[in-house]
Amino acid sequence: MSRKPHVRKLYWNEPEMGLWERSYLPEIVRGLLITGGVFLRNMAKWMTGRKGALTTYYPEETRWDYAAANRGKHVLTRRPDGTPQCIACNMCATVCPAKVIEIEAGFDPADTAHPKFPVRFEIDYSRCVFCGLCVEACPEDAIRMAKEVPDLPSDDRRTMWLAKEELLQWQPQGDVAKPYPPAPPGAGKADRS
Amino acid sequence: MIADLVIALVFIGYAISVLMGFGTILTWVERKQAAVMSDRIGANRAYIRIPGTKVKLVWWGLFHGMADGLKMLLKEDFKPRTYDWYAYAVAPWVVFTPVLLVFAVIPFGGALTPAKLWAPLAGFFGEKSWPMQIATLDAGILIVFAFSGLTIIGAMLAGWSSSNKFSLLGALRAGSQMISYELVLALTVLGLILIFGTVNLDTIVRMQSGTVLGFLPAWGIVYQPFAAILFLAAAIAENKRIPFDLPEAESELIAGYFTEYSAMKMGLFMFAEFIEIAIVGALFTTLFLGGYNLPFMTDAGFAFPGGGTVAMPHGAVVVTQLAVFLLKVFIVCSFQILIRWTLPRFRYDQVLTFAWKFMFPLALANLCVTAVAVWALRA
Repeated sequence: MSRKPHVRKLYWNEPEMGLWERSYLPEIVRGLLITGGVFLRNMAKWMTGRKGALTTYYPEETRWDYAAANRGKHVLTRRPDGTPQCIACNMCATVCPAKVIEIEAGFDPADTAHPKFPVRFEIDYSRCVFCGLCVEACPEDAIRMAKEVPDLPSDDRRTMWLAKEELLQWQPQGDVAKPYPPAPPGAGKADRS
Repeated sequence: MIADLVIALVFIGYAISVLMGFGTILTWVERKQAAVMSDRIGANRAYIRIPGTKVKLVWWGLFHGMADGLKMLLKEDFKPRTYDWYAYAVAPWVVFTPVLLVFAVIPFGGALTPAKLWAPLAGFFGEKSWPMQIATLDAGILIVFAFSGLTIIGAMLAGWSSSNKFSLLGALRAGSQMISYELVLALTVLGLILIFGTVNLDTIVRMQSGTVLGFLPAWGIVYQPFAAILFLAAAIAENKRIPFDLPEAESELIAGYFTEYSAMKMGLFMFAEFIEIAIVGALFTTLFLGGYNLPFMTDAGFAFPGGGTVAMPHGAVVVTQLAVFLLKVFIVCSFQILIRWTLPRFRYDQVLTFAWKFMFPLALANLCVTAVAVWALRA
C-alpha cells in the first residue's frame, strides 16, 4: 500500500520571513531590547519611588475603579425603634446560591406584629458571591446591599464572618425612595407626579 | 607550607560562600527580574517578624529564598519504588558537585600578598604572594570542560533510575543536547586559546589586562566577538535553561529527568541550575570580559592611555578586583535571566538542528578565520 507523502498545509497567515528574520540574531536582539526596555523603564519607576507595576497590592491597596453599580456589603435595616426589620423567615438563606447566610430565629410574644425575630444573623464573606438574590428575596426589605467594600481579607477564614451587630447600622428613615413606614398603596402617587 | 594551606582554605571558603550566595540570590533575582520585566511586582509576601514586636521585615521579598529552602527541607521526601535506589540517591550529588568543582580553576582576583595587606601578617606569610584562585592548574579550561561534562552523567542517572518514562525521555534529551552543545562550547573557546596560546585561565586573564589599539581593553570579546555570542548561547543550552530547556520541558515532560524527585533532592537540582548560571557567568567573565580586570587597571593601580597613572594601595586593589569580578558575573547572570524570560522554547528537533547545522559550522568557521589571522599576524 502506497502512502502519499506528507504535505504540510499552508495557512492564509503563513509567516513570511526574509533573510533578516532567518538570520536569527537580529530578531533575538530586537526581542531582548523590548523586554530589557520594559525592565529598565519599570526599574526606573521603582527607583524613583513610583510604582512600576500594574498589580494592586491587595489588601493593603484597594482599587479605585470599582464599578458604580458595585455592591460589596450587606446592610440589615431597622425599624424606627431600632429592632431589626428582619422576621427570620429564612427566605434569603434559602435563595442564597453560596449558602452563606445563617439565621437563628427567636420568639418575642410581646411584639404582636412581629413575634419572630433573628437571634443570630451571620454572613460568611469568604464564600459570598455578591449576587444580590437575598435582597430580591426579602419580603420585608430587611436586607439591602451597600456600595462599600468590607475590609475583611485576613489569614484566617473565621474572621471573615459578619454578624447582626455589624450589619445593623442603618435606619431607613432618611431614605426618600423608601419611606418608613411604607405608605399605603396609592397614597403617595399624587405627591410624586 | 602551613601558610599555603591557610590561604587555600580561605580561598575555598570564599569560593563556596560566593557560589552559595549567588545560588540563593539568583532565585530571588530571577523572580523579581521576571516580574519587573512583565509589569508585575513579584514575590513580596514572605517576611521575618522581629520577635516581640509587630514589625515585619519584608525587604522586597528577599526572604522567599529562605522560605523555599525551609519548605524543601521539611517536605516529605517521596521516593518511587525504583529498582535502582543507589543511583537514584546519588544522582543529585553527581549533578551538584561538579558544578561547584568548576569554580576551582577560575581566578576571582589578581595576586594577593598578605604582607602588603597588613604588616603583622608578614611574620606568618612572609613576602610570598598567591594568585586568587583555588587551584592554579595549567590545564585550566580543560578542567572546566572535564567537570562540566560530568553533570550529564548525573542527569542520565536521575532519568534512568527513576524508572519513569517522562524521566527517561528527559534524560535522553539531556544527554543528546548537552553532548552536542559541549562540542560547540569547546570549539568557540578554541579560538581564544589560539590567540592567547595557553589554556591556563590565570594567564588568560592576565593577558586581557592590556589594551588593543591603545584604548580598547584587550578583552576576549574584543578579539572574538562572534565566539562570545556562540559561547553564551551554547553555555545556556548546556545549562538546560529556556530557550533550551527541552530536558525538563514542563508542558511535555512534567519536569523531565527529575520528575520523580521531591523535597531537597529536587532542591539540589534546582540549586545546581542556579549555581551553574553563576558558573557560566564566571566563565564568560574570565574568558571574554577580562576577568577581574577593570579597563586600564593593573595590580599597581590605574594607567590611563593618555599617560596618567593613579597608584593604589594593595588592599584597595584586591577589594576592587574581587568586587569587579562579582559585578561582572552578576551582570552576565542578569543577562542570562533576561534571555530566559524573553525567548520561547525550541522544538526538540530544532535544538539539535541548531547545534549541528547552525552553531557547529559557525564555530568551525570562526576557528578557521582565527587560525588564519593568528598565522598571518605571526608571519
